[in-house]
Formats: sequence, structure tokens, C-alpha cells
Amino acid sequence: MRQDAARMPDKKKAHKEIIRGYVLFAATVIAAAIILWIFPDKVSAVTTTTWNYFLEMIMILPAVMIIMGLFSVFVSKELVVKYLGKTSGVKGILLAVFFGALPTGPLYVAFPLAVALRSKGASISNIVIFLSAWACIKLPQELVELQFLGIKFMAARLILTIIFVAIMGLFIERLIEWTDKKRIGVS
Amino acid sequence: MSTTAIIINLLALGCLVFALVKDRHKTEQSIGVAVKSFIRILPTVFIIIVIIGLLMSFVPPDQISRFIGEQAGFGGLLAIAALGAVLYIPAIISFPLAASLLQSGAAVASVAAFITTLTMIGLVTLPLEIKELGKKMAFLRNGLSFIIAIVIALIMGVIL
Repeated sequence: MRQDAARMPDKKKAHKEIIRGYVLFAATVIAAAIILWIFPDKVSAVTTTTWNYFLEMIMILPAVMIIMGLFSVFVSKELVVKYLGKTSGVKGILLAVFFGALPTGPLYVAFPLAVALRSKGASISNIVIFLSAWACIKLPQELVELQFLGIKFMAARLILTIIFVAIMGLFIERLIEWTDKKRIGVS
Repeated sequence: MSTTAIIINLLALGCLVFALVKDRHKTEQSIGVAVKSFIRILPTVFIIIVIIGLLMSFVPPDQISRFIGEQAGFGGLLAIAALGAVLYIPAIISFPLAASLLQSGAAVASVAAFITTLTMIGLVTLPLEIKELGKKMAFLRNGLSFIIAIVIALIMGVIL
């Protein structure tokens, strides 16, 4: 019962958000219609482009959503914390990227997870890498990127992002350790 | 249907079959989650493709390339990276937008910077990140992300 009560406002909020999305969509269509009414010579160009992008999107969107749904249910938070809490080194970095890339929800879900990871003893670099991978190397994202921007663009950005996110993680770890040591030295 | 679309759908199908074999109940739950996410993201997808249609028909490519094309230089790159950091567009939807910009004359580096800051930096989620992980880590991660987004973009501009 208590759980239900806690979930209720959440559900209501989600419902409201969906309605707001559709209202915004209606407003966009009306605005577009007015613009096209003023510039009738652009009608065919706009509808053709919009239709082509719609087709490209609708061919992959259900599949992407199914992949996201499956991972969000099957990969438990406990599993992530269990594996990432104790691995370090190159293996830790790769695992942090891997778990971050699994499609398991929006970024704000990852923050409490990161806190749990820290209490389990995960290194700062792994936490930073995990968070950044979660934000920008999601599997469904990569699939949509592949569809719209091609394999070269997607692969290059993916590899570069992994490299630089790993460097950033290690750098932030050094920096935080260094400033913490300095503070202990002063006090 | 393009090869990419076929591969993505086959991948989803493969995952689905595998999941069904492993756990029927959890799979049904997953499909529920998928349908809900689909309904939630659909209006935003529609809005973006209408905007893309208008953008590509009304804004001439030379205007786009003047602001974020090759001749816009480093300033244009910084501007679009900053825009990506501030905006809050779901990543999935940012790719068709990026493709349309690329098609109408934007530079590879600009588009890469835009997508990277858009996904990696969240000014909207920053307060939450500070609350959960502390100011130092949140600012460092978001600030450095901006720098590496620019570096990634510059490298991509050179190699692609």
C-alpha cells in the first residue's frame, strides 16, 4: 500500500509529461501549418523532408525501445554495483564503459548508483567513467547514430569518446586524491 | 529498408527471443517498459522531424555553414558545443537533427561537438549530480567533458 502511495504522484507526473509532449507537438504542427500557409511554395520541400526523416526514424524506433526495455528489466542495479565495486585497472575501465553503455535508464538514475558504487569501494576513475559512459555511450543511442550518421562517424566518435572518458576519469581521480591529501596536510 | 535498420531490428528480435527463453514474465514486463517509453518519446520525435523539415527547407545551406560550417572556425565550434551543453534534447532525437545539419552544410566537427556535449553534459541534471556526488566531482566531470568534447570534435573533423 505504502509503495502504491509513493508511486502515485510519480505516475501522475509521467502522465502529465506525456500529455504536455503531445500538446507541444500539436502546437508545433499548427505553427508549421501557419508558416507553410504563408510560404505555400515550400510545402512540398517540407513535407518530403519530414516524411523521409519520419520513415528513417520509425523503422528503428520500436526496435530501439525494445532493446532499452529488455536491458532495463533484465540488468539489475545490484549486478552493476557488484561487478564494478571491486574491479580496477584496465578491466575496471572496460567494465565501467560496458555497464555504463547498457541501456538502463536516464542519467539521473545513475547518480544514486554512483554513490552506491563509491560506498562499495569503486575507484573515483571508474565512477567518473561509468557516469560518462552512461551519459553518452548508450547502446540504443549508438544504434540511432549508426542509422542517421553512418558507421564511420559513429565508430570514430565512439572510440574517441571511450579513450577520452577514460583519460578524464583517471585525471579526476588523481586531482581529487591530490587535493584531499593537501587538505589533510594543512589540517 | 536500409541495411542498418534491418540490422537494428534483427538485433532487437534476437534480444527478444533470448529474453523470452530466459524469463517470460520479465520479457513481458520489458515490453511494457518499451511501449511506455515509445509513447513518451513519440511526440518529441514528431516535433524534431517537423523542425528538421522546416530547417532544411527554409534555412539555406550557406547560412548553416556560415555559422557552424568549415568557415565558422573555432568560434562556431565553441558556440555549438555550448548550445549542446545547455539544451536538453533526448540523445536519440539529436541524431536525425545532427544528420540534417550535416546534410545542409555543417562541419563534421561542429556536429560531433554538439552531440557530445548534448549527451555528456547535463546542466538540467547538474543540481542532482552535485547533491549526490558533491560539487567538486560534478563540476570537474561536466567541465572536463566540455573540453574533451571539443578535442573529440576537432579530431573527428580531421579524420572524417
